[in-house]
Amino acid sequence: MNELIPFLKELLVVPGLSGYEDPASEIISAKWKPLVHTLSSGRLGSLQGLRRGSGKSPRPSVLVAAHMDTIGLMVTGCTEGFLRITHVGGVDIRILPGTLVTVHATASGGKRSIPGVVVQPPASLLPPDVGTNPVPLENLFVDTGLPPRSVSALVQVGDLVSFAQPPLELKGDALAGHSLDNRVSVAALTVCLEELQSRPHDWDVWAVATTQEEVGGVGATGSTFQLNPSIAIAVDVTFAKGPGANDWQTLPLGKGPTLCMGPNIHPALLKVMKDLAVRLEIPFTQEYAPRHTGTDGYATQVVAGGIPTLVIGIPLRYMHTPVEVVSIKDIQRAGRLMAEFITGLEPDFMKNITWDD
Amino acid sequence: MPTIGKAQLELLEKLCNACAVSGDEGEVRRIVLEELKGCRVQSSVDALGNVLVTRPGTGKKKLRVMISAHMDEVGFMLVAADDDDGLFRFEIVGSIDIRQVAGKAVLVGKEHLPGVIGARPIHLTSADEQKRVIPLETLRIDIGPDGKQAKPGDRAVFATRFQRNGQVLIAKALDNRLGVVTLLELVKNAPANIDLLAAFTVQEEIGLRGAKVAAYTLDPDLAIAVDATPANDLPSWDDEENASFNTKLGSGPAIYIADGSTLCDPRLVRHFRDTAQAKGIPIQFRQPGGGGTDAGAIHKARAGVPSISISVPHRYSHTAASVCRLDDWKNTLALLFSALQRLSPELLRTSRR
Repeated sequence: MNELIPFLKELLVVPGLSGYEDPASEIISAKWKPLVHTLSSGRLGSLQGLRRGSGKSPRPSVLVAAHMDTIGLMVTGCTEGFLRITHVGGVDIRILPGTLVTVHATASGGKRSIPGVVVQPPASLLPPDVGTNPVPLENLFVDTGLPPRSVSALVQVGDLVSFAQPPLELKGDALAGHSLDNRVSVAALTVCLEELQSRPHDWDVWAVATTQEEVGGVGATGSTFQLNPSIAIAVDVTFAKGPGANDWQTLPLGKGPTLCMGPNIHPALLKVMKDLAVRLEIPFTQEYAPRHTGTDGYATQVVAGGIPTLVIGIPLRYMHTPVEVVSIKDIQRAGRLMAEFITGLEPDFMKNITWDD
Repeated sequence: MPTIGKAQLELLEKLCNACAVSGDEGEVRRIVLEELKGCRVQSSVDALGNVLVTRPGTGKKKLRVMISAHMDEVGFMLVAADDDDGLFRFEIVGSIDIRQVAGKAVLVGKEHLPGVIGARPIHLTSADEQKRVIPLETLRIDIGPDGKQAKPGDRAVFATRFQRNGQVLIAKALDNRLGVVTLLELVKNAPANIDLLAAFTVQEEIGLRGAKVAAYTLDPDLAIAVDATPANDLPSWDDEENASFNTKLGSGPAIYIADGSTLCDPRLVRHFRDTAQAKGIPIQFRQPGGGGTDAGAIHKARAGVPSISISVPHRYSHTAASVCRLDDWKNTLALLFSALQRLSPELLRTSRR
């Protein structure tokens, strides 16, 4: 996709916190409209695009899930104009002080975006035992700089607070910003859909931008049940090697997507995908998830009577901070690999999905 | 009477977005010299990099009034490269709480290369570890996998871009670009009753070093340091009264009486208070306590210089994003200008009582 970076940047500056994904869904919907035959919304807000295959009806189908929701903060109260906050999804409180945010204020009816910053009060205003330790979330505030009466008129409990760090292009084909988890996978899925425009495929393809992954694969579960695919692929970010992260759970940045093996993944599907990547010389690395993959794949696998599932990872540094870093090449490779996999699906492919015991 | 309008806000934006870590003030110095070109004044750059400006008055008996505003800001210096993959160890220049560093974007070097200071993903961090501060030596500035353009010795600053929401200004380095623009306005509109000696100083954040030599060179009768001071006006965790707020946002310019480096000259304190009363400008006295400004070095220069500090209150100094209100800044400029206009040599002959 030539316009991968502009599309991603457009997608990265909208909020779309878990449960409130519409701002992201609208942008993805506009992008996917010419790439799919139908677009629909799942009962829990997932965006479901269908590209019909050319095989004989009834056709098998593959569902590709990329979650569009993102982590953030939520207002729990207001003291003298300073907002108290909790987290939506997993946030390390130690990256919060000094973080630029946008408060999505709804008290005055409609939506107003107010710039703000997460602030750590001075030591004299904190419990004495905090000392020089990280300041607990209940003692942090979001400050908009506005006088208390304006804040009370604009902001109410439950209003969302999203990170405001604008995306930055780094040297070496890399992008930094917040919500790269998991909008980069939405971009990879978009690359896949674009590749499929000029490539015949027998199977139906459900491209699904899922909701509420960060709180437990909620959107993916509902959509997978509704669409009842033959197989499912979850594409999500995974841990890239980098400062503070170098053990077996981390994979190199810029060396291709990861193919994950473990209990969430059907081994026969994984073998097909790996053989394909080797044959096409698309670089990838092998990831191991001995338990939960921490992706929508954990959810899709156990829908209805069980769905054979595959998990593809895009390595990402500093996950769940406002300055996540991804390699653009890895996004493109993940998209291309999925497109090649889908075009290779023959009408009777499901006969291969067996247990080789 | 000078005031803060569109041009001054644009200049503040440009200066806040510029990078000028203590010892590497060139980018701000260049903007200051550019601004000074239009106004017929003598200016020079001294051995440390201070910009010194003399704007003589027209009367006979004139006080030589030094006004200083420091150009430098807190930030980082890259000190070592990790292999060849765009990762750099860094040190902090000036006082930045280490808890303010992780998870922030930065700009590196004179070319403003974008970079980030990340943190280990929370998924790979134990609950116990999350209770401890992330140590500086584990953090890196990451400018991307092909980051060969940066090198040890380069400075870095938080990448925050200036933004305005009505009265509210959010930016990095409001400390002390607010002072720099204020002083530029005073130079451009200096009252004729004094000789104005302006010093745009370096290395304030690492020990008031520029101001020390600037005061020697300028040899003033009295001095005013113009700076930005913390407003710690947040609620206390236990809902008790916050009695140590230093200053409050929205309460006007802060007049110093005593800080950790200077006992301000009482005649100057009275002069500023009386000026504010006469002109109806809201003011607040900064709570006497620690901290310091360029005045700490200036008042001990040569045989001694009666000195005072006047600051714009702002929240979250020395972090990625500080916050101030426009009216506090406008009133600071108005107070300074009016106080200069009312200065006469008589003032220094009055009692200190």
